[in-house]
Amino acid sequence: MSPTLKVEGLRKAYGGLVVSDGIDLEVRPGEIHALIGPNGAGKTTLVSEIAGAVTPDAGRVFLEGRDITGLPPHERARLGLARSFQITAVLPRFTVLENVTIAIQGLECRRFRFLPAPALETGWCERASAIIESVGLGRRVDTLAGSLSHGEKRMLEMAIVLARAPRLLLADEPMAGAGGEETAALVALLERLKGTVPVLLIEHDMDAVFALADRISVLVYGRIIASGTAAEIRANPEVQAAYLGSDEGLVA
Amino acid sequence: MTSTRRRAGWLPLALFVVAAAWPMIAEMSGNPFWTVLASRMLIFAIAAISLDLILGYGAMVSFGQAGAVGIGAYSVGIAASHGLNEGLIVLPLAVLASGLFSLVTGFVAVRTRGVYFIMITLAFGQMIYFTATSLSAYGGDDGLTVWSRSTIFGSGILEDERVFYAFVLILLAAVWVLARLLVASPFGKVITAARQNEARVESLGFDIFAHRLAIYTISGAIAGLAGGLLANHAEFVSPAYMNWQRSGELIVMVVLGGMGTLFGPIAGALAYLGLEHVLAGFWQHWRIILGPLLILVVLRAPGGLGSFIKTRRT
Ligand SMILES: Nc1ncnc2c1ncn2[C@@H]1O[C@H](COP(=O)(O)OP(=O)(O)O)[C@@H](O)[C@H]1O
Ligand SMILES: [Mg+2]
Repeated sequence: MSPTLKVEGLRKAYGGLVVSDGIDLEVRPGEIHALIGPNGAGKTTLVSEIAGAVTPDAGRVFLEGRDITGLPPHERARLGLARSFQITAVLPRFTVLENVTIAIQGLECRRFRFLPAPALETGWCERASAIIESVGLGRRVDTLAGSLSHGEKRMLEMAIVLARAPRLLLADEPMAGAGGEETAALVALLERLKGTVPVLLIEHDMDAVFALADRISVLVYGRIIASGTAAEIRANPEVQAAYLGSDEGLVA
Repeated sequence: MTSTRRRAGWLPLALFVVAAAWPMIAEMSGNPFWTVLASRMLIFAIAAISLDLILGYGAMVSFGQAGAVGIGAYSVGIAASHGLNEGLIVLPLAVLASGLFSLVTGFVAVRTRGVYFIMITLAFGQMIYFTATSLSAYGGDDGLTVWSRSTIFGSGILEDERVFYAFVLILLAAVWVLARLLVASPFGKVITAARQNEARVESLGFDIFAHRLAIYTISGAIAGLAGGLLANHAEFVSPAYMNWQRSGELIVMVVLGGMGTLFGPIAGALAYLGLEHVLAGFWQHWRIILGPLLILVVLRAPGGLGSFIKTRRT
């Protein structure tokens, strides 16, 4: 089966700091591919390069076989690429419902609509409500997103990307800073996606990674030093030395 | 900012009724000039609404809005100097000319943000200003007299100040209603969302540049309407309409009235021009008072005058 996402020779430097050092990576249909690595390894930068927010110095990105390297972020999004942000990026002055509704609008409404479209918008709201309910924010639909707790914002972030019915999900530390209960809910949510939506999952929580991932790649200083199943990664001496062995990987 | 005080739906309507009765009030109190002054206020209210669309909803601080107003005014003035006076032609012409100007300059300006956007819109505004001063065929520096007001279906009814006032009031009401629909539309949601987080909005598949360019163009077109009316009101057009200070005044009106409320800028235009009228009678340096007053409003009522009416903004 051809991969959903294929990254070839991606390279990016900020001044003298090389953050993507010839990265090759694949996410196959239906799999959860975890990307782990210490802070500053270049994980978020890689996600931004795939999503189009950061332009790589060299290399190519393919989505379902199509070269998307030159496309701006919004066109990649239209091809089915969804991104959840490490630093929560909900729209603070919109309600929870508005946050999810506009995600559906972006999916369905390609033309400019300069006048209110009540029938259409009611449909979007209904679908948004169902998604909000499914991530457990049902009681918060009319709350401004800016006044949610951090954990609730993480859930809303997921509701927004789920509303996009993504062909590929880039999840940048979706559990970062969430409480125990919310982390469990997010793990359960990603588990439900497994087999249907391919996910590139960046996560520090090793329990979650080993529970969810079909395959794991390890990024250190902009280089993928190992790639394989959970068992292979655990057994890899280079990974142990560079990452798992240190405290950083376990606490971060 | 969840609202407890809801905007009272009847308030704009009540104000509209008062406004409609204004010429009568002016005449009964023996001050027919009040009607002329009020027409001018309502025209600037249209211009202030046009600016609020980009400033209040799109966080685009344009220092060139007076340029778009001026192009509308000159469209009417130049057409009149060639004998074309029909309002149903020249006013749409003013709207089109200013809209086109905004579309073209927007291609450059809208790509920038923050202080760069301010500088570029300022530059385009000044470019229009200097172009007008060099139009020697149309009065150059001295401006251009518009010998008669636009006709409506060939009739000169707008020469009557009361009719002209009613005409402006109806256009203001129409602009206000359309602007409200626009900001509440799916398109408007994208504009307000992009102000909160661009990366998020892009990641949802929206072309932010295209949306901003569209609202910048619409804003310019509405400013052009205000300009066309202004030329009729003063029966005169001059480069002074497009000076950057004029753009600054429009910003003051919007901030004073409350950004991102549409209703506030109307109040801001009335308050600003009212103050100008009253204070300028006492002291030619009246703007010195305006500065502290503006700071007071921003500190005590950051939502502007409009915040007394409406509380929730997105
Ligand atoms: N826009 C930028 N300009 C300069 N340096 C950057 C920029 N973005 C990220 N970096 C640097 O690149 C490195 C990788 O960052 P990042 O991709 O966020 O790592 P990770 O997500 O793995 O923690 C860090 O050292 C960071 O400081
Ligand atoms: Mg990161």
